[in-house]
Amino acid sequence: MIPASFDYVRPTSVAEAVQALADGGDDAKILAGGQSFIPVLRLRMGDPSLVVDLGGIAELRGVREEGDKIVVGAMTTHHDVTRDELLNQHVKLISEATKTVADFQVRHRGTLGGALAHADPAGDLAAPALALDAEFVIAGANGERTVAAADFFEDYFTTAIGPQEILTAIRFPKYTGWGARYEKFNRVAQAWSIVAVAATVKVEGGTITDARIGLTNMAGTPVRARGVESALVGQTMSEETVRAAAQSAAEGTSPTSDADAGSDYREHLAKVLTGRAVLAAAG
Amino acid sequence: MTTVENDAPAQEIGRDRRRKEDRRLITGRTRWTDNQALTGLLHISIVRSPFAHAEIGSIDTGAAKQVPGVVAVYTASDLGADAVQLPCAWPITKDMKSPQRPALAGSRVNFAGEGVAVVVARSAAAAKDAAELVEVDYSELEPVLDMEEALKEGATLVHPELGTNENAQWVFDSGEAGSGGSAAEAIAAAEKADDQVVITRRFRQQRLVPVFMEPRSTVVDPTGEQLVMWSSTQVPHILKTMLALTLGLPEHKIRVIAPDVGGGFGGKIAVAPEEVVTLLVAQKLGKPVKWTETRSESLLTAHHGRDQIQDLTVAVTKDGVIKALDVKLLADMGAYLGLVGPGVPILGAFMFNAIYKIPAYRFDCTNVFTTKTLTDAYRGAGRPEATFGIERMMDEVAVELGIEPMELRKRNWIKHEEFPFTTVSTLTYDTGNYEAATDQAMSMFDYDGLRREQEERRQRGDVKQLGIGISTFTEMCGLAPSRVLGSLDYGAGGWETASIRMLPTGKAEVVVGVSPHGQGHETAFSQIIADKLGIPFDDVEILHGDTQSSYRGLDTYGSRSLAVGGIAMVKAAEKVVEKAKPIAAHMLEASEDDIEFTAGKFSVKGTDKGVGIADVALAVFAAHDYPEGIEPDIDAHATFDPENFSYPHGTHLCAVEVDTETGFVQLHKYVCVDDVGTVINPLIVEGQIHGGLAQGIAQALFEEAPYDESGTLLSGTLVDYTLPSAADLINFDTANTSTPSTTNPLGVKGVGEAGTIASTPAVVNAVLDAVRQYGVKDIDMPTTPFRVWTAINSAKGTAGRGDEADVASPGAGLGSTAKDMPEGGNL
Repeated sequence: MIPASFDYVRPTSVAEAVQALADGGDDAKILAGGQSFIPVLRLRMGDPSLVVDLGGIAELRGVREEGDKIVVGAMTTHHDVTRDELLNQHVKLISEATKTVADFQVRHRGTLGGALAHADPAGDLAAPALALDAEFVIAGANGERTVAAADFFEDYFTTAIGPQEILTAIRFPKYTGWGARYEKFNRVAQAWSIVAVAATVKVEGGTITDARIGLTNMAGTPVRARGVESALVGQTMSEETVRAAAQSAAEGTSPTSDADAGSDYREHLAKVLTGRAVLAAAG
Repeated sequence: MTTVENDAPAQEIGRDRRRKEDRRLITGRTRWTDNQALTGLLHISIVRSPFAHAEIGSIDTGAAKQVPGVVAVYTASDLGADAVQLPCAWPITKDMKSPQRPALAGSRVNFAGEGVAVVVARSAAAAKDAAELVEVDYSELEPVLDMEEALKEGATLVHPELGTNENAQWVFDSGEAGSGGSAAEAIAAAEKADDQVVITRRFRQQRLVPVFMEPRSTVVDPTGEQLVMWSSTQVPHILKTMLALTLGLPEHKIRVIAPDVGGGFGGKIAVAPEEVVTLLVAQKLGKPVKWTETRSESLLTAHHGRDQIQDLTVAVTKDGVIKALDVKLLADMGAYLGLVGPGVPILGAFMFNAIYKIPAYRFDCTNVFTTKTLTDAYRGAGRPEATFGIERMMDEVAVELGIEPMELRKRNWIKHEEFPFTTVSTLTYDTGNYEAATDQAMSMFDYDGLRREQEERRQRGDVKQLGIGISTFTEMCGLAPSRVLGSLDYGAGGWETASIRMLPTGKAEVVVGVSPHGQGHETAFSQIIADKLGIPFDDVEILHGDTQSSYRGLDTYGSRSLAVGGIAMVKAAEKVVEKAKPIAAHMLEASEDDIEFTAGKFSVKGTDKGVGIADVALAVFAAHDYPEGIEPDIDAHATFDPENFSYPHGTHLCAVEVDTETGFVQLHKYVCVDDVGTVINPLIVEGQIHGGLAQGIAQALFEEAPYDESGTLLSGTLVDYTLPSAADLINFDTANTSTPSTTNPLGVKGVGEAGTIASTPAVVNAVLDAVRQYGVKDIDMPTTPFRVWTAINSAKGTAGRGDEADVASPGAGLGSTAKDMPEGGNL
């Protein structure tokens, strides 16, 4: 399909990009990897006057270690995330979740920052980011600010990024040595998640000493399964313990009903998948 | 994969040749319709109704006309498009109700997506921009969505002028036809008999979308002496003739070209309204015009497939011998009749009895109009529906009677020594060996081993339960004997044509009337010609799809290209040899009676004297010295009209793992042994089977085109229409047995639809076999995780009475009417 016409700029620095957004006004939109935005344009669900393509900004790509944090440039592709050694070692949950995103082609074009900024409730990277207490670095006319994951996701397709701001990087604390599993449930391999569970756990001497669990598509925003986390911590690792703890996975969620799943089915899936995710992460 | 034995290395038939057309197809080096770039080409975009059923008031084209680059904006009446009657070539009954199907709607739209206006512009982008600015004033009418409601007294009518939503009722009764007993009488008798039971089930064939890879596209150039239409179509010849008949154009002034076409699956058997609109615009402006649909347009407006409600009743003895089958169908035509739409369910009439000896049979199909996209042929067309119905029913009977499901089939199928066999639906199956295919499949599958594993998992109460599904099938394909088509009121014959042009250098150009769109015809046909003329494979060029070179043909559908078109090629090759013989004899100074032709060489019997067919080709080109009284030409043309259909058959076995916690169905093992007669190219056969399996499995597990209560298609993009990919399937274990067909000289049978026809019931039977233990009786297709989980939960929650749960098809699991049988489902 053919999108409506729009102006297009491809800045080479964040400063230029911020300026371009300011100049473009309310109808300016950011293009990252384009895996959601281009379909929006093609289906004419969006009609921006200006598209600011971040693809030319080298500083937005790549993964680096900064003290006790791993920092991922917003324009780092999913493919690069899955191949990154620092992330595999210290933030395994994001690597695991990224491997399940769509297909090979999409992972080569799509970006971590783009997916998080798009904030599709069925997207796979918001729940891990929430569970991992990621920080979001956002640049705007007044410089840079940092938003905690808990404050970043506001609603369906809505984040703390202002209309003339750009997400530039995501900072993850290190979870070195933690087990991780992204348990994704969908109908076909390339489809969006019906429900998915992001779990990362620390097991020491057979005891779960820490656990972080995020749920995908159980509300308009990702949801932290804090009830499960607290039920797990301090417990001796066993299938029984995990399954019992997982029973509270749907607490505080408000899942939608659609053709693929009713809300009660989603709640049920959240429990089943949480159990499986934690067991796999601990195993 | 095992194939027919072939110990002659020089022979092309039977070789697993890589497809010669693939280099250009998969590297994008070919020219699809949308790649046609003509000087001065204009582009159109069609304005489509968002409503399923509405009166069209005023149409304001003012703003659209102001868009830069826009050449014109036309409503239906501006083009006369509302007065067009798009053709339906299959009036199945004399009193069939047939609405006028315009190229653009004039006063009323009857499905969401129907075209109401067209924008012409210098670029496709400008046309699209302007199309969004066309303001149409609609007054909404009630949509008509449910077939059963649509047939009730006082129902809203899709086409009030017809006075009914019923298109036609088509009945076959073996008692009346004399090919068997009366099903009604046999069922009535069974209800009274102590040793028989009557079992009734309702199954639902969901609506599907063919989803060919290349969206439809048409370019019309009206500037030459002949009007030229390029179109991404399966049926260039039918399209040419139908354009002439529909629009009153002189047939010899039309040239239709189907260049390389990227898939069809039946979805491009059509005279599409967009093809006609493109032509009308091109004629009006005197300029070349292109229409290329978007994927969303394709999903919404290209014809859909399947969509039936099937009510089956079987009378069967308690030891599993079927005495009668009664089939009542409702088939959704959508808003209009497509090219062969009303006949699609009728093709199933001959196939519900399948491979079984059923003494009494009745088939009663009512076609219904609704305000949905029209339905028409989709891979298998009528035969997958029938095969699903009977093969699901065989499992239901097996469960009711407590007979092992394969054993039940064996008790009823035609034995190999009984061929040729005339069925209760009047077809004569020429050859087949169901025992051989089944034995091989059972062995490859390790049926007994999987049954043991299934039992072990049940005993352990595993989360993932195993289910095993069987489907045996045959189909009538190679459409078709022209006289049979005539008896079914089909609007054309079923012959096919081929011409061979022998070039001076000994190469051959073979012009065929069938029209490939991904099947590998160029490779398989080259193999046949190479063998028949004794020339190298690489010396054969297959020409197709252009009515200027291939002026006679009936195109590609119904697994007919090889079984009919291939035979025309063989006949043409025989004529080439016959024409070359006197010339060869002349060259060899021998009597024609002493000339024999083998492996490309004419030789004098008992001598080593000979000339190659290339020598003869050169000799007639020079024409310096040839016998008196014959023409210097060895080219030949042949038309083949088959005497019978071709009847491939096979046994498909599927094991699935059902995750009882989530409802997710994972394919575990899939084995199929298909008998497609002589195999020309085993690689292509395997590819056809694989693709067919993927599509049939997709109907069972993944695909559905549902509408909401206002008549809006809910699967309007490929995000919502869940196509599987390789990642969702498993390795298929395929094999072939071969009982060559006796109705054609190659012994071939069709293969294009086999995998699709057989696989759907195998998968659904497997899913139900896994969960029947919880009391589940049926699950609608596609058997999504949500539906499977809901079915298990509901069945468990109602103490084994899954039929009370409102999760499956309306009336699912109506259950046995046997007085003394245990309540079904828990055997």
